[in-house]
Order: sequence, then structure tokens, then C-alpha cells
Amino acid sequence: MGSFAYTAPKKLEQALAVLNKHAAEGNRIQVLAGGTDLLVQLKSIDSEPRTILDIKKIAETSQLTFDGDHVFIGSTISCAVLYENAELKEMFPGLTESIDLIGSTQIQGKATLGGNLCNASPAGDTISALFVNGATCVIANESGLREMPVDEFVVGVGRNALQPGELLLGLKLPKPAANTSDAYLRFIPRTEMDIAVAGAAVSVSLDDNGVCVAARVAIGAVATTALNVPAAVEALVGSALDASALQKAAEASSAASSPISDKRGTEEFRRKIVGVLTKRAATTAYARAKGEG
Amino acid sequence: MSKIHVVTRVNDEKVEFLCEPQETLLDVLRNKLNLTGTKEGCATGDCGACSVTLDGRLVCSCLTLAAETKGKSVGTIEGVADGDTLHPVQQKLLEHAALQCGVCTPGYVIAIKALLEKNPDPSESEIRYWLAGNLCRCTGYDKIITAVQDLAGQSDKFKEVV
Repeated sequence: MGSFAYTAPKKLEQALAVLNKHAAEGNRIQVLAGGTDLLVQLKSIDSEPRTILDIKKIAETSQLTFDGDHVFIGSTISCAVLYENAELKEMFPGLTESIDLIGSTQIQGKATLGGNLCNASPAGDTISALFVNGATCVIANESGLREMPVDEFVVGVGRNALQPGELLLGLKLPKPAANTSDAYLRFIPRTEMDIAVAGAAVSVSLDDNGVCVAARVAIGAVATTALNVPAAVEALVGSALDASALQKAAEASSAASSPISDKRGTEEFRRKIVGVLTKRAATTAYARAKGEG
Repeated sequence: MSKIHVVTRVNDEKVEFLCEPQETLLDVLRNKLNLTGTKEGCATGDCGACSVTLDGRLVCSCLTLAAETKGKSVGTIEGVADGDTLHPVQQKLLEHAALQCGVCTPGYVIAIKALLEKNPDPSESEIRYWLAGNLCRCTGYDKIITAVQDLAGQSDKFKEVV
């Protein structure tokens, strides 16, 4: 049995060297961002010793930039800081809604977008919102940086596509085109402080007549990972999000889901509610894209 | 197992301690620095009893590693009153009888102070959402909310934003 260690390098190269050394020697290492999942796991699920690699001091992980046609969100910026950023909220109201829904004010002060994604909970609120915004993961390893679409990054319950020796530096989101907006909704049995029973994120782009020309729909907490719903996109594109298009999109989301039954909701309930959430999120995204939101 | 040497600031005073890599800020505050005003409730970030500020940001000290505070500034309940003079938040909680057993109270004081420093005139709904991560099993919350409402709009008392 090994022992615990903590290290917080300032340089990316140092962090990668530590990751690689552990990978090569077969020693356990875990990356720390906000710690709101890691510390709970450490206390209640798995208290085996490991090295904790705090990546918050690496400058790149706390960068938030709006240069060119992309937004870069460093992986260790806290949810509270992101939610308070007016520019981000203006560009991605749905994504910032999903960020704001994670935990309490106290949790918001530490929890990060990168951590929510890497932790890969099926119910992670930001994940489906990142899907519909076409986010790309910027992953650092010893050979440099590689990029991966966010919908390929989450591969299972609590599992992501990072290889040993890699860490998530941040997320790159294309700036939304004109008349484009997003929305995220979830259902929880109480009004605050719970985990999604089902969630839906929608992004729509409209032409000058209010007809949907492009869309993305993703659902959460109703399968092992967040899911894209191409059939719901098909239902929305070409319509002005009339009742029949919305109904078809809702049915597509319900059909795409494969939920479980647990104390928060039955399989049947989740399947139904994810459709309702899709419909409502699409309606909100549509109003926002028209400048009415 | 090598201990970690941490130099940080707690309530505006320089503090040094040695801690284990996996030791939480909550445990160091209570067991090493004798600052036992910060309480352990659930130890999993659900109850807010251990609320402190870290560089001015409200966090759970049970979900913060002590080693993470190196070079930062921690605010605890012990730094809130000015000697024998209670902070307005503490005074109002007393006036409204907004505590019974008192275990959640230090966390509430820290959280309410952080709210009013950010938003001096919160609505009832803003107060309730901000405090959703602070659990109180005695009061039924109503007196706590009323006490905060009584403080809302008195921005002169909350100028010292960190």
C-alpha cells in the first residue's frame, strides 16, 4: 500500500511529468480541480492512498478567453466565476444555466466545468449543454495538445477518454452564429440541491423568418452518458418550432432514452419527462434565438 | 509519509501549519489551529455547517484540502465579530432568535455575510437560493430568512467586500 501525496505544479510540463512518472511506475494518481467530487469519493467510496495532482495553479487551466471565433474555458475555473461572467452568459445562456444548477453556493465556489465533465456522471448538468454547443476538449499530454469532441469524451458512467499521462486543459466552444441560442432544463424532485432525474439541452439557429436552420439536442441522466438526439434535431430543423415539431422532438428524446428506475424516478417517468424537458428547452432556446428570451 | 508545510492567511493573520496530503481544511482549522467555530456536519458538502471563505469565495471547508490554501486567504467565523462587538449578521440572527442548537449558525453567518457583501439587497427568493446549501434542523428556516431580510438594503454595513 502506497501513501498519499499532494502536488500543485505551476507549469503544465511539470504536471505532465508527474502524470507520466506515475503511469510508468503503475502508481495511482488523481487530478484535482475543484475537489467537490474527489473529496467526497475519497471519504466515502475509495480512501486508498494516491497522489493528488492539483492542476489549479497551471495558468492555462484558469484562462477564459474570447479570442477569434472560439471561446476557451479553462478546466479549473469555478462555476461561480463562470456564472458571473456576463459575456459567457450572453453567448451561452443555456450552458451557464447548467453551470449554475450544480450544487449549492458553497459547491459553486469550488466545482469546475472541467471536473463536472471529467467526473462523467450520467446526470452531470453541464455535459449535455456542452454537447449542444459543439464543445471540443483540449487535452494535454507529453506530445502536445490534442482535441476531441465532447460527445466522444464521455465514454461511460464515471469514465472519460483521457489516457494515462493526460489531463483536460479546457474546453473550446465555437462562438454562436447569428440568431442562435441554447437552453438547458432538468427535473429534480425539489427546487434546489439535487441531482437531475432527467435533463435536456437544446441549441437552435434561425433564419430571418424564424425558421430553424440548424439545431442540436442532447439529453442527460437517462442513459449511461449524455446522448445526442439526431431524430429530435430532424424534427426541429425546417420548422418554426410549432406544436407538431416540438411534439416530434419530445417523442424522439423519449425514444432515445434508456433510463433506470431508482429512488429519484422510475424508468417510465424519466422517459416521459425527458421529452417534456426537450420541448420546453427548445421553446426557450427558440425565444432566445429570436432575441425574445 | 511526508507532511506538507503550508503558509496561508486565516482571518487576515499569517498562519503556518503542517498537514497530511489528504487532510481537509476543516480538520486543520479545528484540530491544528484550534478554530473550532467552524463545524463539521455531513463532511460531504451537503449541509454548509463548515462554510468558510477562500479568497473571498464561499466554499465548504470539508471539500477543500488544507494544502490547497497555500498562499490564499481563509475567512472563518472567528474573524467575523470585532472583539466583543457582534457583526450585524450575528446581531440580527440573535434578535430574530434564528438559532437553537447553533451547530449550523457559524456556517450561516459566513454564508449570509458573503451574500450581503455581493448583493446588499437580496430578494427573499435570492436569499433562499443562496442559502439552499445551509441546512438547519431546528429553526424551520423562517427566522433565518426573516433575519436576512431585515438586513437587506443596508449596504453601508457590508462595504468590506474582500
